[in-house]
Amino acid sequence: MTPLTGGARLPSTRWRRTEVVFWLALVAVYFLLPGYRTLGSQVLIAGLFALSLDLILGYARIVSLGHAAFFGVGAYTAGLLAHHGWGEPISGLVLAALAAAVLGFATSVLIVRGQDLTRLIITLGVGLLCYEIANRAAPITGGVDGLSDVTMWKLFGLFNFGIDGRTAYLYSLGVLFTVFCFARLIVNSPFGLALRGVREGERRMPALGISVSRQLVAVYTLAAGIAGIAGALLAQTTQFVGLDVLGFNRSAEILIMLVLGGAGYLYGGLLGAAIFMILQDRLANLSAAYWQFWLGALLVVIVLFARGGVLGELSAWRARHVARGARGGR
Amino acid sequence: MTVALRTAALTKRFGGFVANDGVTLAFASGARHALIGPNGAGKTTLINLLTGALAPTSGDVFLGDERVTDVPQHARVRRGLARTFQVTNLFPGLTVLESVLLAIDQRDGLTACWYRSVAKLRAPIDEARTLLATLRLDADRDVVTRELPYGKQRLVEIALALATRPRILLLDEPAAGIPADASAELFGVLAELPRDITVLFIEHDMDLVFRFAERITVMAQGRVLTEGTPEAIARDPRVKEVYLGEAADG
Repeated sequence: MTPLTGGARLPSTRWRRTEVVFWLALVAVYFLLPGYRTLGSQVLIAGLFALSLDLILGYARIVSLGHAAFFGVGAYTAGLLAHHGWGEPISGLVLAALAAAVLGFATSVLIVRGQDLTRLIITLGVGLLCYEIANRAAPITGGVDGLSDVTMWKLFGLFNFGIDGRTAYLYSLGVLFTVFCFARLIVNSPFGLALRGVREGERRMPALGISVSRQLVAVYTLAAGIAGIAGALLAQTTQFVGLDVLGFNRSAEILIMLVLGGAGYLYGGLLGAAIFMILQDRLANLSAAYWQFWLGALLVVIVLFARGGVLGELSAWRARHVARGARGGR
Repeated sequence: MTVALRTAALTKRFGGFVANDGVTLAFASGARHALIGPNGAGKTTLINLLTGALAPTSGDVFLGDERVTDVPQHARVRRGLARTFQVTNLFPGLTVLESVLLAIDQRDGLTACWYRSVAKLRAPIDEARTLLATLRLDADRDVVTRELPYGKQRLVEIALALATRPRILLLDEPAAGIPADASAELFGVLAELPRDITVLFIEHDMDLVFRFAERITVMAQGRVLTEGTPEAIARDPRVKEVYLGEAADG
């Protein structure tokens, strides 16, 4: 994997113009494309999930094939709470984040021990375990039939989660933006710098007095918690939890979305989720059975010609542009 | 003399190969101490044992009066023991300034801090700039490490070690692979270090060793052959022998 980095200078905390445009565009979608609010909220949720994976893959270079474990635990936590009569959305999110973070913390012990391949298999194993547990615990989770009767209360006591996706979209966007700001704060902090240090030179870190395992435990737990929030959002906005929230497919797809968009930029997961899910929607309309063929083709192209994903290409293009401008001797 | 760092019968085996064999050494506070010996003498292994990068098969390491044999590497750094690497071991995708800031932020206990911006913590940035200026790296502050020329990467190695504010600095062939004038400059920088820092270094260039070291330990085949002042080492026939032996083999 090629190392990915943003600009050369110290990361600035100031919001760039493109960032502001990006977020305003997400608000605009709500007004301009009312028919796409439901798909839109799914994209936002996948984007949040991909963001959580970016924290561990893009910033600490932990490759995970089982990140859906945390998404699923979050979804079931929020789903079960509402199923058993506690349908308040915000507290449901918080509890889902906690539950997923606890699982993340517990399994991080396994993550810090191994290297890339070990981690790949361990995360895969944890994911499969969670799936099977939820499958077997059908009396609680509903098993393959899924968990229905997830009745949500009104958001802030005011907004109903209706079929038109209004509340779902704005709620998802609000949560995504809040968590994004939090993640942005983190990656620009000394803690975030140390994460990039792990990515760039894990072996050098102890010689600076830094315990790599402490950093990894912290970021893995954090990412798990955020994945849990994403899962809870899905459960709350669709008012249903299917067993697929824990499935291997979900872990694999989220990895694809992140690689597609570009890991290590925070925005890569959001872009990748949008590209992936809109393509899925469009291509599935063309030929329901064969959309994955085109997805596969796209992936091969990305890996061959644009290793850093969409954002990796953009930033390389900008670097070349800047270099050319400098040579031009303005 | 106060001892900054010492070992007691330190032994490291890799399978059947004995890399360090009962090494007992002491380094005085403020020393300028060179570690020399032919290739394969076990010098880098010794550095790895001293820093905790490797665990010894038997024997002990003491930092001052404290036995640190079981203390992990990162915790020894926090006790004031820093090192550089023979094979450059940096953060290729971080800028020079970011790399040094990482070391400084860690030393000041900031790497657990997630809510403040690196760019807004002025004190570490000012310190990093001063440090980079003393190493004549100020112009390269915002260069991504992998794009630096090799000689400057060697200086970044030293900058990272110094940023931890060590009491003891272990330099594993700091001038390896850089041109003679640059290595003279590098040792010029080292000569300006405060005298309370203990410096132990491995170096193959005998001119540099004899110019900079005040004490020399000679290792051969995992053992300490002899130790003394540069004058004594220069006169010692056994030292010539191990080096000539190597030349004859090579």
